[in-house]
Amino acid sequence: MATLALNDISVQFGGLQALSEVTFTLHPGSIMGLIGPNGAGKTTVFNVITGVYRTSGGSATYDGASILGRRPHEVLAMGVARTFQNIRLFQNMSALENVMVAQHCRTKAKVLAAVLRSPAQRREEARIREKALEALEFMGLGDKAYEVASNLPYGLQRRLEISRALASEPSTILLDEPAAGLNPAESYGLMESIRRITTRGVNVLMVEHDMKVVMGVCDAIVVLDHGVKISEGKPEEIQRDPAVIEAYLGN
Amino acid sequence: MGWFFLILWPLLGIRADGLFFAQTFSIWIKVVAACAIVLVLAQLHRAGRLEWVSRPVQALGSKVQAAYAVSPKWLLATIMLALAVAYPFLTSRYGQDVAINVLVYICLGLGLNIVVGLCGLLDLGYIAFYGVGAYTYALLSIHYDFSFWLSLPAAGVLAAAAGCIIGYPTLRMRGDYLAIVTLGFGEIVRLILNNWMSLTNGPNGILGIKAPGAWVPDFARGLSLEHVWLTRPKELYFVILGLAVFTILAVYRLNYSRIGRAWEAIREDETAAELMGVNTFLLKLLSYAMGAVFGGLAGAFFAAKMRFVSPESFTFLESAMVLAMVVLGGLGSIPGVILGVLALIALPEVFREFEMYRMLVFGGAMTLMMVVKPRGLWPAKRFGKRSEEE
Repeated sequence: MATLALNDISVQFGGLQALSEVTFTLHPGSIMGLIGPNGAGKTTVFNVITGVYRTSGGSATYDGASILGRRPHEVLAMGVARTFQNIRLFQNMSALENVMVAQHCRTKAKVLAAVLRSPAQRREEARIREKALEALEFMGLGDKAYEVASNLPYGLQRRLEISRALASEPSTILLDEPAAGLNPAESYGLMESIRRITTRGVNVLMVEHDMKVVMGVCDAIVVLDHGVKISEGKPEEIQRDPAVIEAYLGN
Repeated sequence: MGWFFLILWPLLGIRADGLFFAQTFSIWIKVVAACAIVLVLAQLHRAGRLEWVSRPVQALGSKVQAAYAVSPKWLLATIMLALAVAYPFLTSRYGQDVAINVLVYICLGLGLNIVVGLCGLLDLGYIAFYGVGAYTYALLSIHYDFSFWLSLPAAGVLAAAAGCIIGYPTLRMRGDYLAIVTLGFGEIVRLILNNWMSLTNGPNGILGIKAPGAWVPDFARGLSLEHVWLTRPKELYFVILGLAVFTILAVYRLNYSRIGRAWEAIREDETAAELMGVNTFLLKLLSYAMGAVFGGLAGAFFAAKMRFVSPESFTFLESAMVLAMVVLGGLGSIPGVILGVLALIALPEVFREFEMYRMLVFGGAMTLMMVVKPRGLWPAKRFGKRSEEE
């Protein structure tokens, strides 16, 4: 477990200030929600953390080490995995293969070992399978391992994305609208799964619009509006915060 | 049909020794008749009148598929290998020549398949690596008297280096841009071969390359070994068969390793692959280099077989042919690529009687194929127990 700390993070796209001096800390063992109206900069925060966007100011550390300026695959290797708002599975690959890809950064067999099928490579492949199947099982997809990803129903594709992220053995997972497009029963199941994720020793930072989900599972919530953090606190505090109510409903 | 007639009529009348427009109608009648037969068959099929043929064929097809699924892989591989080994003993010199050609293109096709089929990078200059391999052996052979077997790894390594040199600047691009840039680099390599007179002897090519050598036991003089040059097609066939088997095995094993999975992830969604821990730049470069290795090995063999190389063998048309084989056979599928090579090398040989209309039939067949089976002759398996296959 490790602490993810963002300090005065700013991001600029041309003249648009997407994030200005956002600061928050994700503590080990917690589930944090990141909410805000559309265009508030929630996904931008994820893209900054995972190395997709460059910042124009501020610092971010993970487990004490700076996380900025790294390539996305290096960030994953540090232990921060993510899912996507619009599902980005490897559509033509089976569910199992999707999840096995996530083990790439934790394994190291080279070309020669693969061509010669060296004993070490065979052992490694077996371990990759084992880890991948475990991750599928964890999200309740054990029986779908050999289905092509694009053939899975929408709700299961969301779950598959989470198990793919979990298979990279992260210590922090960023969920981008995991409940989007799910029916109430599926959302409820998802809340259960998110709570169980923390029992694996994984912190959760999630962007979500479904307030029932956010209020139901999060220990702490950060509210963004127009790239500025307007509130931070426990769910019940956020619900009463006038600034938050104004951002969502206007005055 | 009208526009087709308009296009074809003048084309068919042009020959090397003059214009023969009057005769084009005799060809046209045949084309029209063939089209009519196909149309009638298609209509009958649509109306369900052909069920007495199609049903047994389908039943047979599914039975074959079931048998294929049940029988162990090693058995099938052994049978295929036995057939391949027996082939030169049952055929003439001509048949062996065609088979050598097929095997060379299998190596090339499978190499390109890594780049295009697995990694999803459109490469229009692949033949450059074939050229690098061929010239590597040619130069090592005539200047330093290197043996073929020693030059083979050198050709692979140099081709991989060329792949990295070409890949490093180009792989920052995606999609169509990458295709155009690789096309350019392919031409650059050909132009270098064509113009660097002091090294490559330019368009005159390099003569006097040695054939692969081998030590064979000489029973007449006890147990001494005798050195022979493998120059006959039958002998060369076994050299390239070995190379092709190695290529098939290597590509298969790479495909079902963490590297192959990462390549496929890049093909499916490059951004997601990067975010899921795949160093996309390095792996794209690796796919380029690995594809180049197999192209380079095939090139070294080509030089050893022809005992002559010239830049003419490495034109864009060759790149396009190899790409057509991969696409026609099925992107990412090893049996598909092999079928694609057979379709584009062996079938035109069968239709040699059509002579100058061969390319017409060829083009028509390819168009038809892409309409009927757009994912290739033997599409890559993307479901079931794919990743479990051993």
